[in-house]
Formats: sequence, structure tokens, C-alpha cells
Amino acid sequence: MKNTKIEVKDLSLYYGEKQALKNISLEIPRNKVTALIGPSGCGKSTFLRCINRMNDLIPSVKITGEMLVEGIDIYDKNVDVVNIRKKIGMVFQKSNPFPKSIYENVAYGPKINGINNKTELDEIVETSLRQAAIWDELKDRLDDSAMGLSGGQQQRLCIARTLAVSPDIILMDEPASALDPISTSKIEELVHELKEQYTIIIVTHNMQQAARTSDYTAFFYLGELIELGKTNTIFTKPEQKQTEDYITGRFG
Amino acid sequence: MNSQFPINQNFTKESLKKQFRLSEFLAEKIISSIAFLSITIIILIFFFVFKESLPIFHFGKSEKAKTEVSSESMPESYGSTSVEDLKPESYGSEPKEDLKPEAYGEPVSQSDLKPESYGEPVSQSDLKPESYGEPVSQTDLKPETYGDVVVEPLTETTTKDSSISEENQHQDKVAENNEGTDQTWSTFLTTEWVPVSNNPRFGLIGLLIGTIKVTIIAMLIAGPLAILAALYTSCFASKRKKEIIKPIIEMLAAFPSVVIGFFALIVLATFFQNIFGYDSRLNAFIGGVAMALAAIPIIYTISEDALSAVPKTYTEASLALGASKWQTAFFVTLPAATPGIFAALLLGIGRVFGETMIALMATGNAALLSSNPFESVRTFAATIGAEMAETVFGETHYSVLFFIGSLLFIFSFVLNAVAEFYVKGKLIKKFQGK
Repeated sequence: MKNTKIEVKDLSLYYGEKQALKNISLEIPRNKVTALIGPSGCGKSTFLRCINRMNDLIPSVKITGEMLVEGIDIYDKNVDVVNIRKKIGMVFQKSNPFPKSIYENVAYGPKINGINNKTELDEIVETSLRQAAIWDELKDRLDDSAMGLSGGQQQRLCIARTLAVSPDIILMDEPASALDPISTSKIEELVHELKEQYTIIIVTHNMQQAARTSDYTAFFYLGELIELGKTNTIFTKPEQKQTEDYITGRFG
Repeated sequence: MNSQFPINQNFTKESLKKQFRLSEFLAEKIISSIAFLSITIIILIFFFVFKESLPIFHFGKSEKAKTEVSSESMPESYGSTSVEDLKPESYGSEPKEDLKPEAYGEPVSQSDLKPESYGEPVSQSDLKPESYGEPVSQTDLKPETYGDVVVEPLTETTTKDSSISEENQHQDKVAENNEGTDQTWSTFLTTEWVPVSNNPRFGLIGLLIGTIKVTIIAMLIAGPLAILAALYTSCFASKRKKEIIKPIIEMLAAFPSVVIGFFALIVLATFFQNIFGYDSRLNAFIGGVAMALAAIPIIYTISEDALSAVPKTYTEASLALGASKWQTAFFVTLPAATPGIFAALLLGIGRVFGETMIALMATGNAALLSSNPFESVRTFAATIGAEMAETVFGETHYSVLFFIGSLLFIFSFVLNAVAEFYVKGKLIKKFQGK
């Protein structure tokens, strides 16, 4: 498929003895928003973290199968995990800005990639903050600590920070779960705008959010991929009984 | 439903009445009084130390400086023996005419005199005053001196400074030595530390420089080593390695400082002398290295805790941005742990600053004014440790030692205050934004 960004073949993941993901195979399209839904503990976050190899940080994890991004297996021995993460950014459930100034937070990514030119950095910081729709709120207080921002601002700052390293793919792990409705809607708008340039994968517990923001939806249950399809189809005419039950709120 | 919680369901004034919880009240009071007690004890210790040093502040009062009684031409000597009083150093204080063999039990008449002996009898001619080590003849008698200082009258060795003070001393003698304490005070800012002499000089500058020199050397060695080790264990080492490394380094904290001092005295001093080839075997550098050994575990443990307490989310965020492990450790974890690491360094400085045993054993104990790290130094703490046992209670020297004690207290207090309220704020601002 020409429009496939990520192709997953028979991916299984074990935490020690326990199998958390069971033979997942799916394709994620380019420049679209794909939502991963499912009840807690179904493996959707684990799957998301497989895409930029964040699971490497957990010592007992064992992964089999293939994860092809643009046709390259990112679990190949010759692939450097640092370079993967530069191309596949991630926004976490809990907003986690560094205890530095706002400017430093956004400039951190470019700096570690070797950009030290002040004007260039300024430009990147401004573009990223504008893209994250937070520039107007923060432009006068770039030297303040990021810890003093509100939860919603922090989360958008984290998105700006991710954008600053210009990734191809953005993974979002329940980015709005701890935010109020106004902040949530801002983030959703943001996701909508960002999909022009990026491939976005978003994990969410909020059914409406998935329906509002995503183009494709994947339903996970007990470590298995039950169904992947266009969001419209999934929410109106799901093929699987389990999907229908979950979406209509009969379980989970 | 009501039957389950019959009492709690009643929202009457009675059920909401303020309750007095005796045990909680008592526990709170006990804890707070213990806290206050510990603070009070610290303050009391300071006041005691300071009180003992007070005599040197009594300007012009009739406090007699006991060390300044005898004539000026006396050789500088350890203790207060004058030339006229020279005696074979003897156990006890019997005058020479009364020399008798030491006898236990009741007094004996001259005819009964027999050398006290174990084993075979000895003739009368063998009788000698009991002395330390080999018997000394009258001609061998010399005042006991520090090291290999040549016995000569003070007037020949005087610098301009001390000749002035000698004049002063003469005047003081005329004025019944009333101003002795005043003079003590005025010698504080000189460089010579000669506490036991007819003309005692208590120059603290040399000691201060020695203390600072050793502290700087020790912190330059211990700080980077301990922090890097902490960074390694908290950010890079596997869990297994961490479980081995951390307890081992912490065990070093329980090492008695006398053992570290001994190690420095015997092993390190020779080892480094062979490498660098300096003259004085025991010097500020050796002292610094040994004290670094004492400070490393403290700095390590506290920085390691601070680094491990940095939330995992920071590390994850950094790694997700494509930073390598090293970049994450140096640019995210380390700055985030700044306050803790700073506290660790302060504790390390405090340890080195007040360290007595190692300073006593490994620094050479000569109050020299020099910027060369390979010269001997004498620190405040070592001075107290070395001389306190040999001063006379209430004497000027005694007071000065206590004054040094309170100086140590004040210095570390000021250091901590400045660090806490000024430097720490600046550092945090620098690394963590406003």
C-alpha cells in the first residue's frame, strides 16, 4: 500500500512471562490520525510505546515480530534507537515539561541535535510554539519556568517540544486525559491541524474524542487487535461484535 | 441503610462537637519539644565553646597571661621549663637533691636504701633518677623543642614583627603584664602560629589558609568523582550493579577517619611523593586526597538519592525526543537534581572542614603561608585536636583554641547560609528557569 507509514507484522510483546500483545498485524496510513481505543490494560499504550521503542527501557520486555516504518524494521540490530526516536516523537499522558524555562524546554531537542545557533534556535522555538497554538500565550514569558504553567499549557508545550525536533510520526498517549474540556478541545484542534504534516497515532479512553479527531480507529482487547477501520465505519457499523459492545458501552 | 450507621447519620450539633484527641496532642507536643531541644543543644554547644574563648576579648583587664612571665632570652621551648630549672626529665616532680630510688609503700630511711629491683641486686652506684628511656647526663640536658628547631635565643631569630611584639612584651612586663590578652588579640591577623612560647603568637591567617587549601583540594577531587559515580549508578548501571556499588561506597562512609588518615600517612604519602617528587612528604595535597576519601561517600549517597528521585517522566520525555542516555543524564537528570547535589556538596565541605584526624595525620601540621599545594599545612580542626590536650586550663592558648572552635562553627554556619539563600537560588534559576 502506497500510503502506509507503519506496517506491523505479527508483533508480540512479553513482560517476562506474561504476553501483553498477541500477534498484532496492522497498517497505519500516512498523514492521517489513527486512534487506538480499548479498555484499560488491553495493550494499546504498550503498542504505542513499541512504535518508538520506549519499551526498551523496561528490562524484562521481549518483542517478536516486525515493525516496519517506511519499510524499515526498527527492531533490526543495525538500527540506532536514538535516531528512531528523533523521527518518531511522543507526547505522554501526564504532561512532563522539564524543570527548565519554557524556551529551554522547546530548544532542548534541537540543541541535542547539534543546533547551537541562537537565531536558528529562536526561530525553531517560535515556529514550534506557533504550531502548538501556544505562542500567543507564552511569547512574553519564555524565560519563566515551565513548571508554572497550567496543565493544558504544559501539555501543549510538550507537543511543541516534540514538534521542535521535526519528527515524521507523533505518538500521543492519552494527551488530554488529565485536562479540562477547554484545554482538551484545543488539543483536539491541534491534532486536526497537525495531521497535514505528520502521521499521528493517538491513544484515548474517550470515545467521543476518538470519533471527533481520528480518521482511522483500531480497537484493542486483551492484547489483541480486534478491528481496524475508518473511524466512521467503526463507530457506525463495526464488523466485530466485541467492538460494537465496547463502543455502545456494554462493557469496558 | 440507616440501621448500618445509626450514629453517623445524625447530623446534630452533638455529633459534630469538637473532640479533644489526647494521644495526638501529646505526640505532637513531644515531637516539637524534641525538635526544639536539638536546636537548643546546638546553640548551647556554640555558646559554651564561645564562652571559653571569651577571655581573649577582655582588653586591658587584669587577666594574666601565664606564659609570659619568664625572661626574654629564653629558648623557645615546648612547655614552660626555663633554662635555670633544667632538670633531667623525671617522672614525678622531686627536686634533684632529694633523689631517691622510687619506692612503693612507706618512707624508708637512708640506710634502707636499696634500688628497687626486679631480679638481681644492684650496687648503690647504680642508683640513678628514674627516667624515660636512657639516663641523661647533665650535659645532655637541653630544652625539649619542636622537631629539629635549633635552640637559640629568640632575639636572634626575630623578624621585625616579633621584635616589635617583644618590645610590647617588655612594656607589658613593666605594667605587670596587664595587657597580655590585648596582645593576643592583635596577633590573630599575623601569620605565625607559635602558641607555646614566651612570646606566644596566635596568627590565624596561616591556619585559615591551610584549612581553605585542604578543603578546596579535597572538594576538587571528591566533588566530580562522587557526582559522576552517582550519575553512573542512577542513570546507567543496571539494577544489579547498582545494588553492589551503592552499599560498597556507603560502607566507606562508616570507615573511621583515623584509618583513612593512617592509610594516607603510610601509603598515599609515599605513593604520591614517588609520582610528583615534592619535598615535604605530608602536605595539603595528601591531606586533600585523604579527606576526599572521607567526603566521597557522603556526597555520593546524597547525590545518588537526589538523582534517583528525579521523576522518570523527565527521562522518558528526553529519550522520546531522541536524546541519547548521556545527553539525558547530563542535560535533564543532573540539572533537575541540582538542589540535592548542592546539599550533598555542602555536607561534603562541612565534613572536610571539620575533619580532625585525617588533617592531623596527613597534612604535616605546619602553618605555612604558601599557595603551593605540595607544602605542609595546618588546619583549624587539627590545631584544636593536637593542642587541646596540652594547654593549661584557662590559659590564653586554651581560650584561643576555643575561639578557633567557634570560628569553625561560624564559618560553616555562614557558608551554609550563603549557599542556601544565595547560591542555591541562582543555580536553580540557571538550570531550571525562574
